Amino acid sequence: MSAPVLETRQLCKSFGALQVAREINFALHKGARHALIGPNGAGKTTFINLIAGALKPTSGQILLDGVDLAHLSQAQRVKRGIARTFQINTLFPGLPVIENILMAVAEHIGVAADKFRPAGANPEVIARGQQLLETLRLEDDALRLVRELPYGRQRLVEIAIALALEPKVLLLDEPAAGVPSTESHIILDMIDNLPADIAVMIIEHDMDVVFRFAREITVLVNGAVLAAGTPDEIAHNDEVRAVYLGGAHHG
Amino acid sequence: MDQAFNAFVSIVFDGLAYAMLLFIISVGLSVTMGLMGFVNLAHGAFAMLGGYVTVTLARDAGVPFLLALAIAFFLVGAVSVVFERALYAPLYRTGELDQVLMTIGLVFMSVALVTLVWGPDPFNLTPPDYLRGQVDAGFRRFPAYRVFIIGAGAAMIVALYLGFERTRIGAQIRAAVDNRRMAQSLGINVDRLFTVTFAVGSGLAALGGGLGIEIFGVKPTYALDYLVFFLIVVAVGGLGSVRGAFVAALILGVVDNAGKYFFPEGGAFFVYVVTIVVLLWRPLGLFGRA
Amino acid sequence: MTAATGTAAATAAYLRSRHRFRAAEAAPWLLLALVYFVLQGYLALGSQIVVMILFALSLDLILGYAGIVSLGHAAFFGVGAYAAALLAKHGWAEPISGLVVAAAAAAAIGAASGWVLLRTRGLTLLMLTMAVAILLQELSNARSDITGGFDGIAFQMSPLLGEHNFGIYFKTQYVYAAVVLLLAFLLVRRIVHAPFGRQLEGIRENVKRMHAIGSPVHRRLVTVYTISAALAGVAGGLFAQTQQFVTLAVLSFDLSGKILIMLILGGTGRLYGAFVGVTVYMILEDQLAKQYPQYWQLGIGAVLVLVVLFARRGLFGLAEDAVKRLRGRR
Repeated sequence: MSAPVLETRQLCKSFGALQVAREINFALHKGARHALIGPNGAGKTTFINLIAGALKPTSGQILLDGVDLAHLSQAQRVKRGIARTFQINTLFPGLPVIENILMAVAEHIGVAADKFRPAGANPEVIARGQQLLETLRLEDDALRLVRELPYGRQRLVEIAIALALEPKVLLLDEPAAGVPSTESHIILDMIDNLPADIAVMIIEHDMDVVFRFAREITVLVNGAVLAAGTPDEIAHNDEVRAVYLGGAHHG
Repeated sequence: MDQAFNAFVSIVFDGLAYAMLLFIISVGLSVTMGLMGFVNLAHGAFAMLGGYVTVTLARDAGVPFLLALAIAFFLVGAVSVVFERALYAPLYRTGELDQVLMTIGLVFMSVALVTLVWGPDPFNLTPPDYLRGQVDAGFRRFPAYRVFIIGAGAAMIVALYLGFERTRIGAQIRAAVDNRRMAQSLGINVDRLFTVTFAVGSGLAALGGGLGIEIFGVKPTYALDYLVFFLIVVAVGGLGSVRGAFVAALILGVVDNAGKYFFPEGGAFFVYVVTIVVLLWRPLGLFGRA
Repeated sequence: MTAATGTAAATAAYLRSRHRFRAAEAAPWLLLALVYFVLQGYLALGSQIVVMILFALSLDLILGYAGIVSLGHAAFFGVGAYAAALLAKHGWAEPISGLVVAAAAAAAIGAASGWVLLRTRGLTLLMLTMAVAILLQELSNARSDITGGFDGIAFQMSPLLGEHNFGIYFKTQYVYAAVVLLLAFLLVRRIVHAPFGRQLEGIRENVKRMHAIGSPVHRRLVTVYTISAALAGVAGGLFAQTQQFVTLAVLSFDLSGKILIMLILGGTGRLYGAFVGVTVYMILEDQLAKQYPQYWQLGIGAVLVLVVLFARRGLFGLAEDAVKRLRGRR
């Protein structure tokens, strides 16, 4: 087994007396398809925030390709290959889809600080943007303002931006959240077609999505890892069933 | 040695009186900002209005001083509600720039209106006889009026403490400052709470404006002249923190007095240096929370 | 396949269209030229207006584009003004190099204060911008032996390019200011249409998203703050040079407030709002403020309140809406 791309060791986070992450040990390998599940308030988004750098851990390590990320800001971690999406769309609603995506593309390929060449005339930026639109089948919406899009397609823009960063590690925070069931297939198709060599971790509540997508599952309860393993192992784990899956299997 | 001690006592005493006034005026601004995040640059206008009302009542209408202060408190508090409902409420969601612009516009209007009504000259008010003269503390004598200000400030602190810690509405305010969404989901009507807090805060500002005529004066440009000080108290103390407002006011009062005492020409600028240094160390203020 | 190429071409065309020069953009410059030939008695006011437009443009960069609310932008205007004034007073009265020094001085203060201040946000940042400007004003007042205090200092400028005198009819001054404005405007226009400009707008609209795409937000903000300070410094330097006189008023909160109002009145984030807002404000001020100072102040305050409530995008925004409606009818 090769070294993990992303690893956390004894990762802890508390807000005063409230512990939201308890000694989480976690590893993500290249090409992984890993689902993080758990009841509401288990600390899943907090975990992503810690990895992404939006929160500082109380103790423990976060390693990317073996390098400790402790002193790196969010932006610096992005440059090293960690991209995340937000549970609630964090886009530029007043800008067209293409501009939303190009913002990330320009930053990623390093032209964002350019003060002299017009943003609309860089062929490489535009080409990459166009490619992302095609990958996520958003070409027809390129010039539409994000706020005019159905919520499900907005979610795709959120993911497009993350992919624009050509990450090694992609953290998807409930990509199907808020998406009406009529549109959720769009998200599912997209997740199926993610580049094979990206390590993907997805937080999800929808067990159908989880069992369809994941090759590994970690169950987080009250900030601590309750169980981790293959989907089969998790589905048959009694503790997990009692705490979390129980309801689904009875229904 | 004696002279140094005397100077020290003077600086602390005057600084404390100044600080009490700043506190009384600014505490309302700090709490409303912590509660709703609304940047109200016109807060000083309420203090100014309190000063004008007090002077007009006490000097021209012969109303007893303390009663005039009380009337100023209630009158300006009531008037402020009209502003809050009509002009401020539409801007709660629109962001800081709009709030800054609107309230600056209001300040300019207040300067102009006050000049038209009361004229451009600064006003003075002689305190009632029982508050004049000196108080003998044994080792030194202190101006009675400033002792009164310090006493009033202390009484205000006790009243605010009791209000926040012992009443239900105080607990609700503290909860809403801490986490507005959570408070709302607990059924607290934050909007109404804000209106009440705003009214009390503006009333207190008016009270401070009336109390402080001797130190701050009363003139049409009052709201602009002192704006930065009120903002400093709020920012350095931390939004939403009564304790922070007091500590910040104290620092400001003492530093300003010390600065002016030792450097009569350039002393005013120490306050700004201290402010910048403190905020670099604690960007959210001494008692502020994220 | 054709459909895809179609939308790709449309996307590329849209992106190109954003930075292309439009015919209507020549209008303000034609007007400026017209004033020179037709309103020769008003070139003193005209020079002031041009200078203030430059000042407002510098504020638009940080406020309209990056979303930094500053109530102390006069700090940089004042530093530039004093730099140019003191340089001229103490022996070096060549105008253009004076402007360069003014820009450099203001940029230095901008970079230093920006690096420190832009770590904060909201009320704290706002208040610190005020504090810096007040601090500079107090310092200048304390050293009124150098700065002349509120009485100010007067000085003579050498002729521009060796032959054009700064005369009492302000002809040279006007052309000088207008050319500087043109150059500065082209620079600012380049910046806002470049990727950097987009980044600023991104920071203004959703800073959380910008962090999440790897944007070094603080560095970008300090950079634009420095550029803005330099431009404000040029405006201040121009002001001092064209007036051949400078007082502490160049550092005042009054000036910071005024330029903010002028920009809001015209409309932020579109560059041309600065032209509209400054011109309208200063012409009205020239006509009304001296006669009825209280009513002027009352009116300005009221206009500000009304603009915030009803015409948020300023006069320029109203004009755009009107044009859109006219086009829609046809």
